[in-house]
Amino acid sequence: MSTPFYVSPQQAMADRAEYARKGIARGRSLVVLQFADGIVFVGENPSRALHKFSEIYDRIGFAAAGKYNEYENLRIGGVRYADLRGYTYDRDDVTARGLANVYAQTLGTIFSSAAEKPYEVELVVAEVGETPEGDQIYRLPHDGSIVDEHGSVAVGGNAEQISSYLDQRHREGMTLAEALKLAVQALSRDTNGSEREIPAERLEVAVLDRTRPQKRKFKRISGRQLSRLLGAGAAGGDEEEASEDAE
Amino acid sequence: MEANTRSTGRLPAAFLTPGSSSFMDFLSEHQPEILPGNRQLPPTQGVIEAPHGTTIVAVTFPGGVVLAGDRRATMGNVIAQRDIEKVFPADEYSAVGIAGTAGLAVEMVKLFQLELEHFEKVEGAQLSLEGKANRLSTMIRSNLGMAMQGLAVVPLFAGYDVDRGKGRIFSYDVTGGRSEEHNYAATGSGSIFARGAMKKLFRDDLSEAEATTLVIQALYDAADDDSATGGPDVARRIYPIVTVITDDGFRRLTENEASEIARSILERRLEQPDGPRAALL
Repeated sequence: MSTPFYVSPQQAMADRAEYARKGIARGRSLVVLQFADGIVFVGENPSRALHKFSEIYDRIGFAAAGKYNEYENLRIGGVRYADLRGYTYDRDDVTARGLANVYAQTLGTIFSSAAEKPYEVELVVAEVGETPEGDQIYRLPHDGSIVDEHGSVAVGGNAEQISSYLDQRHREGMTLAEALKLAVQALSRDTNGSEREIPAERLEVAVLDRTRPQKRKFKRISGRQLSRLLGAGAAGGDEEEASEDAE
Repeated sequence: MEANTRSTGRLPAAFLTPGSSSFMDFLSEHQPEILPGNRQLPPTQGVIEAPHGTTIVAVTFPGGVVLAGDRRATMGNVIAQRDIEKVFPADEYSAVGIAGTAGLAVEMVKLFQLELEHFEKVEGAQLSLEGKANRLSTMIRSNLGMAMQGLAVVPLFAGYDVDRGKGRIFSYDVTGGRSEEHNYAATGSGSIFARGAMKKLFRDDLSEAEATTLVIQALYDAADDDSATGGPDVARRIYPIVTVITDDGFRRLTENEASEIARSILERRLEQPDGPRAALL
């Protein structure tokens, strides 16, 4: 009779983590950063229809890197969670912290269950507050850990390098155009340090804008508005342009 | 799998199961007991007394549609509430006004708003106006049991059809029967009087400002002849709720705007109690 191979728990977890990390690294990185009026999501995405960023609830946005079908599944789960919670209690009772906890539990359970393959995803859940101090950004790696982030965060294969680039340059109270420009600069740096051009039509950009009059603060930015913002950012961040976009 | 939202644990399997983009479909599979239509009403004697909303009117104009409602809720011959809101945005491009049992109606609107928002978030696209109107129909139909016991909800649905580039109005009956109305429509106890007023005042080249004046005139006439409909309450500063939906989306008139129109109408009515006259021939 054959005995099954013994694999130490450490080794098993390390293997699973490596598997997940490799999967995530195949996709492109994305960044989420705070600016004066809210939180901006920027990523390279050649598809117009398959989004990396989306609205979960009034003030809560979602960003994901990794395997599309897996994060799409988590996204819809999150929308259902938020809508059901808001319907059962009140819209104010839906929070990014609550959602991030549920995602962390879900990812954590999947990661440590031997019956399932680990999810190859890394998520960001962000909530825009009434003031910049009220903004919340949570990063959720594949293993179900949860990191409370401030200022800027990058997820995906090249995340570490982009993060350190952003940490050095991101500051509080940037205009949307400045933050966007910084995000694009960070994303266009390759691992070997060389820069490449990311055309505006390959960028997916969305914001949670606290100045929006509607209760739903999530908004996609594309087309003319996007090129105008990118142009303004290049000119050293034009206050007027940014405020014009906030409408 | 534990079916509740209170647990902070892992998302239940139902949440991660691919399925329909409808929030109501999700609820009916996951937590059917909280859907209003699944509520069991105990056997009752006679009609249940609950606050009722009364008159809702809508009128189209080139480029959009106006939906408005009075502010009175009645319970029998008592005014239950003077400042009730019966007109709500359904989403960016549509609104719903409700006559009938107020409690159920408000709950239905809440679920309807959520249904549209949920679809939009999951699919990344809005439902067509026709699709929204049909969805409301389904919800009214699920309330038929309650309606038979006197707890009917009869909405008026208006929206801007982005594909056709015009405002449209849909009216409903208690069984969920849906019909598209042309030019103008009204529902609720004062609707016969409001409809008469609109019939005489409607033209198909109204401006937005004229359309908003028209609906308040119609509500005034409804309040004039129907005791369950409230007119503009100048002393308490309670004015009809008027909403406008155009290419730019949903907009509710501010209290100032509504009061200005209502006051100018009142002023004219002091001289001419029956309001504007249509030509005889």
